[in-house]
Amino acid sequence: MDTRSVPEQTRACAASALPASAGVGFKNVHFSDIEASAPDVGFFEVHAENYMGAGGPPHAQLMQLRRDYPLSIHGVGLSIGGAGRLDRDHLRRVKSVVDRYAPAAFSEHLAWSTQGVSFLNDLLPLPYNAATLAHVVAHMDEIQEALGRPILLENPATYLRFQSSDYSEIEFLREVVRRTGCRLLLDVTNAFVSATNLGFSADDYIDAFPMLDVKEIHLAGYAEDVDEVGDPLLIDAHCAPVQEGVWRLYDRALARRGPVATLIEWDNDIPPWPLLSEQATRAERFLKKDRLPLKTTPDRVRS
Amino acid sequence: MTLSAEFDQGAFVRALLDPDLPAPDGLEARHGFAPERRFAVYRNNVCVGLIDALAERFPVCRQLVGDEFFRAMAHCYMREFLPRTPMLFEYGDGFATFVASFEPARELPYLPDVARLEYAIGQAYHAEDAAPAPIDVIRAIPPDQLADATAALHPSTHVISSKYPIVSIWRRHMSDEGLAPLELDHGEEALVVRPQLAVSVAALPTGGSAFVHALEDGRTFTQAVAAASGVAADFDLRGCLQELLLAEAFTAIRVSR
Repeated sequence: MDTRSVPEQTRACAASALPASAGVGFKNVHFSDIEASAPDVGFFEVHAENYMGAGGPPHAQLMQLRRDYPLSIHGVGLSIGGAGRLDRDHLRRVKSVVDRYAPAAFSEHLAWSTQGVSFLNDLLPLPYNAATLAHVVAHMDEIQEALGRPILLENPATYLRFQSSDYSEIEFLREVVRRTGCRLLLDVTNAFVSATNLGFSADDYIDAFPMLDVKEIHLAGYAEDVDEVGDPLLIDAHCAPVQEGVWRLYDRALARRGPVATLIEWDNDIPPWPLLSEQATRAERFLKKDRLPLKTTPDRVRS
Repeated sequence: MTLSAEFDQGAFVRALLDPDLPAPDGLEARHGFAPERRFAVYRNNVCVGLIDALAERFPVCRQLVGDEFFRAMAHCYMREFLPRTPMLFEYGDGFATFVASFEPARELPYLPDVARLEYAIGQAYHAEDAAPAPIDVIRAIPPDQLADATAALHPSTHVISSKYPIVSIWRRHMSDEGLAPLELDHGEEALVVRPQLAVSVAALPTGGSAFVHALEDGRTFTQAVAAASGVAADFDLRGCLQELLLAEAFTAIRVSR
């Protein structure tokens, strides 16, 4: 079944013009460090929802960053995996941020965060089955049509499984890509966290991930806990340096994918700029490692 | 499509917000064990995320009641009032009203007005940009022309009138000054403006907020003075204008010819 409704010209746009280098999630506490040191960072990424006010310092800072660096905008509020109708007011706000800053990429999550009119401020999980696939595809079509460009969809960090899932996460993502022409944001930490929490092999996940469609990678530090039976429970907390297991998995992903824009995300217990920048430098070393080039399919000739 | 394929998001949310409810049906942890602890991660993310957002929004309120009390109060608020949009900087618009009716906070009667002030500061931060009118241009307007003039105020302008000295309370907790005892026997009217990138907070003379509201409604300066005098018979116009000019609260003065 082919349910594509997005116009050809939208599908033909490149999903990402981000450089194949290491970027950093922008935090306004780092603005003066960035301004003073003009660091050699591949790109910056911001959350769209923080730039939906009319004016003030957020826009002044982002205008300046946008002048000096490639920009990626990451949405956290479209609730693509939600069962209800997409929030059109919010989609309009996202569109106005995307139109204003013309970012090199726009990404969102395979998750939901809104119920009715209430925003829950977390990326909540959905079962992977025919019903949820239809919702996600319809929402992606609507978003891509509104924004006039393909977007990147990110794999979530998960803590439990739905009995009503009939697809694996990768099968589900592949199907969304096939039906909507979107591309993917591979969050390697989320893959690591989900694999540990659900007891599958992170290596197998990376080996099966549709790497040709990956236009960006996210790396972050997780927090460690245990559940009631003593099994490890990793939490995608964005609160620490990237752990060794995640770097190894990243290396494995790059071996299949080749160099691709990679973001260091650190949103809680935000470190001083030099520590964050050091994480990006480490990612850059992985990106520069000699590997056999992988032939990627150009965006516009996909069928 | 089978019935089991339908996902009851509402039940998921109810369980998220009520820790006394079990995790929703249809979930399983690794190896099929009970999902409670795993589900609790989502519960915790939602609670902590929103409480943190309020703590960031209302830092002085948090200092006034202490972190533990603030988080407990914020938890009660978030269970009753979730954000209505994904823009977290708008969250907490009803927090001051909630605090006013929050029984355990009754001992601090000024807390709701401090919350109002802090919310206004956040609104000013994200408000539309506009160039303030040059102060010397305004100062050069002859008093007789000013009487019939109207004013455009900066879009970031907010005034909050309180029975308590909210500006002094706020300042004392924003700076590292020693916490000298504060007399609570007088009110203050706060002016919040963000003419360029920094938000400023000043105290207006009594009647100042009525004066500003009248100007915002398009009244002339003479009419605004009358409104302010209704609040304070000895309204200090000179002092009020001085504070508004210093704060760069005017974007234009329109003199009628």
